[in-house]
Amino acid sequence: MPRKKTLSLRPFKKNLALYLFILPMLVYIAIFNYAPLYGLQIAFKDFVAILGISGSPWVGLKHFRRFLDSPLFWSLLRNTLVLSLYQLIVSFPIPIVLALVLNYTPSQRLKKLTQTATYAPHFISTVVMVGMLFIFFDPSGGLGTLIMKQLGLGDFNLLTEPGAFRHLYVWSGIWQNVGWSSIIYIATLSNSSPELHEAAIVDGASKLQRIFYIDIPVLMPTAIILLILNCGNVMNLGFEKVFLMQTSPNLSVSEVISTYVYKIGLQGQQYSYAAAIGLFNNIINFIVLLFVNQVAAKTTQNSLW
Amino acid sequence: MTQTRSHIRDNTGDRIFSAVTTTITVLALIMALYPLYFIVIASFSSPEAISMGKVILLPSGFNTAAYRFVLTEPKIWNGYKNTILYTFVGTVFGTMVTLMAAYSLSRKDFAGRKVINMLLIFTMFFSGGLIPTYIVVSNLRLTNTPFVLMILGSVSVYNMIIARTFFQNSLPDELLDAAQIDGCGNARFFFAIVLPLSKAIIAVIALYYAVAHWNSYFNAMIYVSDQRLYPLQLILREILVLGQSLTNITDPSEVEALVERQKVAQIIKYVVIIISSLPVICVYPFLQKYFVQGVMIGSVKG
Repeated sequence: MPRKKTLSLRPFKKNLALYLFILPMLVYIAIFNYAPLYGLQIAFKDFVAILGISGSPWVGLKHFRRFLDSPLFWSLLRNTLVLSLYQLIVSFPIPIVLALVLNYTPSQRLKKLTQTATYAPHFISTVVMVGMLFIFFDPSGGLGTLIMKQLGLGDFNLLTEPGAFRHLYVWSGIWQNVGWSSIIYIATLSNSSPELHEAAIVDGASKLQRIFYIDIPVLMPTAIILLILNCGNVMNLGFEKVFLMQTSPNLSVSEVISTYVYKIGLQGQQYSYAAAIGLFNNIINFIVLLFVNQVAAKTTQNSLW
Repeated sequence: MTQTRSHIRDNTGDRIFSAVTTTITVLALIMALYPLYFIVIASFSSPEAISMGKVILLPSGFNTAAYRFVLTEPKIWNGYKNTILYTFVGTVFGTMVTLMAAYSLSRKDFAGRKVINMLLIFTMFFSGGLIPTYIVVSNLRLTNTPFVLMILGSVSVYNMIIARTFFQNSLPDELLDAAQIDGCGNARFFFAIVLPLSKAIIAVIALYYAVAHWNSYFNAMIYVSDQRLYPLQLILREILVLGQSLTNITDPSEVEALVERQKVAQIIKYVVIIISSLPVICVYPFLQKYFVQGVMIGSVKG
């Protein structure tokens, strides 16, 4: 852009108020997002609080090497990926199915009621959600435990059973979020043009055929964007719920990278090592996001940017 | 819409199909509501009745002892007070910052919007992570203060994008042109014209922030150690997840109370869930449409 000195300040002066409006946001982001990014350099240093972030000595990739050589490395990576992919695979199609089912429910009142009811669990806090799991699967008389006994599934303590952790985590997440995640699909379906369906009906298409040949293609672009976003979070498992669901017997499957960072860093005070693990996690995550976005852009013409 | 009335009769396959969708919908309804309903009836029941599986559709062994314990517990009330304070201040702060930034970025004549946009969106995909953030907060001497719980996490780029999309799509350019011709400056235009026209988006953003504040425990867990500053969720964590009893009774004359409390310890869990979720549950049916609106606006790629 060719710039003349006399003109360059004009757009800024004219919209001075707009710059003042955005200032608080920029200050906030600078302090709580960009300052930590600057602080990430401690991953390559031996951080000592008195010396500060910039004063601490550089140590190169020492902390990364230590993590890669750590006996815990593979188990942390596996736990993180398995839990995350399990959640991704299950939580992607179910909201779409719910949206389609609701869309073809003849009674509008039942549809509205079910929508309202299935959105509600989304607003339950993580603490209460995990608290509910603990109550329902309490080995001495929780409702879930009683039901399992009745069904002859045996008498497990699901809360400490390592084999149950992933299922509890993922399916309670489905219960909590399936309705909320379906909103966007329901909206997309009701915004799609009715002519397609009218034509299909005239041609004698069954409802099932209309789903496969009209509705699913209509939902695809939205679904793919959401899938990319979810893949981009594949390493960012919600710390909050995993941490609360950890019991010492299930740690072998429930210790994921983010909970380990918390324990090593804040409880163990090894700031640099924990920051390095966190950075490692973020980089992998970012690469996955770029990769999935690239693939989606090539194959389906849908991409984030 | 798919409910187009047609003169062509439903064939048998379609009738079966409708029966199947209705059945699944009813099942989804029950599965979503029953656990919540169970918490409510269990909170009025006796622990014995619950563990024997007698509480299914109605409370059994009706009693309200647990409610009395919880409602007379100062720790709960203190947590409530803190949470209300953090939620209120955090929501007001976050909503204002978000809307002002969103409006600026929605303006096409705002020089530098592309760069600022990029800077903001980048933070959604790449963050410094827990440890560097912790160091920043403690360098600012914000640990163990109520401010960290009001401010940290009170501004979300995602919500800013929702608001920006709303402004871009709902405010016609002619409105600004007309105001500028009349000599109305940007600040006045925003406060006197934009905000009154944007009540829906203000509600959406404020609700999102309020729920997030109300439900958060993580920041309090890492940044605050003073029990008097604990928000409700952290006290819930002690009771529900760590299984701690509500108070430590040391006075021997209160042993009787202790025994009674032990008996209802399980029920106390149901009660605290209800008491902590009550505000959200009460407002939810009325505000549902705003929450949903937020999802729709957010889904428009911008």
